[in-house]
Amino acid sequence: MKARTWLIAASVADLSFLYLPIAILVVFSFNASKLSARWQGFSLQWYGKLFTDQALLAATVNSLIVATVSTAIAGVLGVLTAVALERRSFRWQAAFEGLLLMPIVIPEIMMGVAMLLFFVMIKLPLSLMTMTIAHTVFNFPVVALIVRARLRKLDPRLEEAARDLGATPWVAFRRVTLPLLMPGIIGALLMAFTLSLDDFIISFFTAGVGSTTLPIKVYGMLKSAVTPEVNALSAILVLVSMGLVAVATWVQRK
Amino acid sequence: MSPASGSRIPWLVVPSAATLLLFFLVPLALVLTVSFASRGTYGGIEWVVTLGNYTSIADPLYLRIFWRSLWLAGLTTGFCLIMGFPLAYIIARAPTRWQGILLLLVVIPFWTNFLVRTYAWMFILRTEGLLNTILAGLGIIHEPLNILFTDAAVLIGLVYGYLPFMVLPLYAALERLDPSLIEAAWDLYARPIQVFSRVVLPLAKPGVIAGCVLVFIPSLGAYVTPDLLGGARTMMIGNLIQHQYLVVRDWPFGSALSFVLMAGVLAMVLYFLRAGGAKSLS
Repeated sequence: MKARTWLIAASVADLSFLYLPIAILVVFSFNASKLSARWQGFSLQWYGKLFTDQALLAATVNSLIVATVSTAIAGVLGVLTAVALERRSFRWQAAFEGLLLMPIVIPEIMMGVAMLLFFVMIKLPLSLMTMTIAHTVFNFPVVALIVRARLRKLDPRLEEAARDLGATPWVAFRRVTLPLLMPGIIGALLMAFTLSLDDFIISFFTAGVGSTTLPIKVYGMLKSAVTPEVNALSAILVLVSMGLVAVATWVQRK
Repeated sequence: MSPASGSRIPWLVVPSAATLLLFFLVPLALVLTVSFASRGTYGGIEWVVTLGNYTSIADPLYLRIFWRSLWLAGLTTGFCLIMGFPLAYIIARAPTRWQGILLLLVVIPFWTNFLVRTYAWMFILRTEGLLNTILAGLGIIHEPLNILFTDAAVLIGLVYGYLPFMVLPLYAALERLDPSLIEAAWDLYARPIQVFSRVVLPLAKPGVIAGCVLVFIPSLGAYVTPDLLGGARTMMIGNLIQHQYLVVRDWPFGSALSFVLMAGVLAMVLYFLRAGGAKSLS
């Protein structure tokens, strides 16, 4: 089968295209040379420099705060939305579902601009809080979609059985549906956390003085002088994202 | 579940509906409103109603940026389709055990920080970057190639960034394709190109449409890739909007630009939903 050989060769080329650039970054983060892309011996010095960079550490803390808070709120909103959409039917449901998809569909730059304009108009100073609000808006629809897909696979009769046995709606949900949904919810939260941690454009528009996050800091480094420290930082970010995705996938398989 | 009209809105959706209304619809409405206002002398907004922001988009300078964005997004979509199809096909035909692993391999780069992935290409394509170092070391070139800060670099970055968006819906469509149909085509002495164009492609059409929409939309509104890999001369719509908002501080014009961009994107999404492509995503 000649066609198949070609297809496999093309697939290998695709996967190399996807992974080689990342692999190159990681390898060269251990390069001793400051300037060139020539290999000049193994070194951990760029990693060492990262951990003493106070501004970078502050940006990391900011990123973690925004990601944690927006993911927590997105989790609550997302689960409520998923349950409402899957287990209830209500007026304007189709319109609501369309609206829910919009933050995911519209260009990020549009969302960034709209958020900036909104916060300026209501005279809310740009800060970690405005950024957290913006992140929540693009994060909770993602959580809602993932949790809803999980909920669709659950048998609604399980919850009904609990109700027949005298459980209140809340108890039936908390003791029966919620535990069964947990893998989906945790997977969705990890996805939301990753999205928030990686977001640059919307953060860029909604960040105030002193609310620099890691991606904004990285962008600044890329725009000015590119030093090998960026390679080291990139390698760490790659590792963190891959870890989060691996855990999210593993949890959702259950 | 059919939406029973007249049933009241459950309290469960109240928090999220309120969030979307206040922090999403109101901001979008503000952008629309401001796009009809005028720019103040010092960059503020003057509430004088005008269509001028929309008519000035017709300026050749801006039209060229729109045209370049459409062209680059179209090229990106084409390259992603050509590159993504074989991979999606191979994954769809792989043993089930392998499918999960291969799909994960496609998804992982997508979840890796976009700035980092873009930086990887800066590192490779720079004048003193890896590509030039290797080519010069091999004696293939004597003068370094200037690829970074050109349209070619932007194209590479966009294809690199959005290839997974093409592979996933293509896979979903191809996975459902009955292999016996392909065998039948072979048995009837179809040539490989005929098997592809007469059997595989028509059946994979919903996936092709979904993949193209999913790649075209973010490519059209791209900001980071043209900003970092392109130069000042390779601006796309996203950069123009950012420039108007944060540098020139002409918010009304920036708002008009972003509204035109959003309208175009939503029109494409509606076309896609009409074409029945939504099913291919679930």
